[in-house]
Amino acid sequence: MTEILAKLEHVSRVYQKGREKVDVLHELDLEIEKGDFLALMGPSGSGKTTLLNLLGGLDRPTGGTVTVGGQELSAMSNSQLSGWRSTHVGFIFQFYNLLPVLTAQKNVELPLLLTNMSGKERSRRAGIALEIVGLADRANHKPRELSGGQEQRVAIARAIVSDPELLLCDEPTGDLDRQTADEILKLLQTLNREHGKTIIMVTHDAQAAEYAQRTLHMDKGKLEARAAA
Amino acid sequence: MKYLGLVWRNAWRKKARTSLTMLSVMVAFLLFALLNAIAFAFRSGQDVADAERLVVIHKISLINPLPISYEARIAATPGVAEVTHASWFGGYYQEPRNQFAQFPVDARAYFEMYPELDIEPGQLESWADNRIGAVVGPEQFGWTIGDRIPILSTIWPQTDGERTWEFELAGIFSTSDQRGSTAYMLFNYDYFEEARAFGKGTVGWYILRVAPGANPVEVAQAIDEQFANSPNETETSTEAAFAASFAKQFGNIALIVQLILGAVFFTLLLVAGNTMSQSVRERIPELAVLKTVGFSDGSVLGIVLSESILIIALGGLLGLGLGWLAVQGAASSMGAMLPGIYLSGPAILTAIAIIIGAGILAGIFPALKAMRLSIVDALARG
Repeated sequence: MTEILAKLEHVSRVYQKGREKVDVLHELDLEIEKGDFLALMGPSGSGKTTLLNLLGGLDRPTGGTVTVGGQELSAMSNSQLSGWRSTHVGFIFQFYNLLPVLTAQKNVELPLLLTNMSGKERSRRAGIALEIVGLADRANHKPRELSGGQEQRVAIARAIVSDPELLLCDEPTGDLDRQTADEILKLLQTLNREHGKTIIMVTHDAQAAEYAQRTLHMDKGKLEARAAA
Repeated sequence: MKYLGLVWRNAWRKKARTSLTMLSVMVAFLLFALLNAIAFAFRSGQDVADAERLVVIHKISLINPLPISYEARIAATPGVAEVTHASWFGGYYQEPRNQFAQFPVDARAYFEMYPELDIEPGQLESWADNRIGAVVGPEQFGWTIGDRIPILSTIWPQTDGERTWEFELAGIFSTSDQRGSTAYMLFNYDYFEEARAFGKGTVGWYILRVAPGANPVEVAQAIDEQFANSPNETETSTEAAFAASFAKQFGNIALIVQLILGAVFFTLLLVAGNTMSQSVRERIPELAVLKTVGFSDGSVLGIVLSESILIIALGGLLGLGLGWLAVQGAASSMGAMLPGIYLSGPAILTAIAIIIGAGILAGIFPALKAMRLSIVDALARG
């Protein structure tokens, strides 16, 4: 029997823009199994990123419940959510979002600063994460000294360094050329298949979605399931 | 401490901006050190004042002399253990810029009154027995015992009209209290009294020690009542009050220093606050990333505040260090003109408190902004 990692029940998200209410997600239900690699596609403004933010505890639903790993995120305080994020979820963004003042190694170590690990242990784990993404030899380079693909690999290393079960990727290849994008997607696939990470990836790219086990399409805040190609 | 590396690197993300901010902080604390040391010099007399010593001056002002005949009457006042006197000589050595204080006193009585002053007994006797003998603190112009020292008085000519008085250095005294000045010369009152062209039979002020168990306030009242309605009425006060009124002749130094420093630190807050605001504004997405990976609101607040404190602490400590060096330099080169110039422990502690306070004040608004940041909005901006 497959284990459900994340569950959304009747989730709504309404934003207030001036006097206008924007209904981004509407009564959405979704179950994500552990070990799943799910691609979320859909037009801009369909609610993909909002859904990702809710699953990552970055945002709160205006209605319904979001449960990840048995914990109801919507019931957690801000500080509980911060603590939860640091150990249970890794984020990968389109524009990498690395800290430019830190080296690749220090960027990867960032989530580990929140633990009680010694500096030596943090450094060892960051080294392993960089090795997994194939960038051990770039550990002491700053982001501006890396290519886009390398920056994204560092961002992936940062996302996996605290060994979270869930990786949330918001258009991770949106800023990369085809070849580099494929390399990154293969890496995500490896993390899914060999390291058991559950991955939810927002993308506009149908080719990128092919790397996922299944694809869900969103439109106007609602989901539509289709079989993976 | 584990965030120190992150704080340090963020503080130096714009090296030129941080350096300029630090420079302005450094200048502010350099000024703080110098002005505090000067203010300390002006009130050093109050700090080393003995609570059991009283000073008797003319009621009109310190400039007006008192008759020497008062000495015996003050000594006879109930509650007075001992009394001596001193006068202002107002001279300089060789050229006007070499001004320092000189006082004609009764040699033995003066050193009994001030037990905190140390002098070898042999030197004290040698001075007391030498009509033109004088003693000085150790830092005076490199003089050694036996030197003949000409001092030109701007106030007191001799009976033959000569303004240059000759002295022979008979001893060197010191004090173990670092706050106390020894940058002055003491010489025999008898020589002064005999040779001066005017003002004979007078002294500048009296210093007395209250007998054990006697009430200093009552003793002071008894002395002043004794001379009430005479041509030379007196005002008796504690040594600290005397030192304070002496310093006030130059203006309210403490207030002037506070006003200058207030303006300097207000400007400093604006400069450092602006630096921190810019720094936070230009890395909103980065702060959002910190929150995304699990840094709590409080951690983000602490990181930004620490950056602010770090920049001000680096500049402030550098300024204090330079100020300390400058004060040491001034003490050795200008000690005679401004005795007691000293960067005190309380001043350094105050500076450290200001560093922390200014760091918090300069960083608090940007830090609160960073703390309240909505991750979703901030990431959308990136």
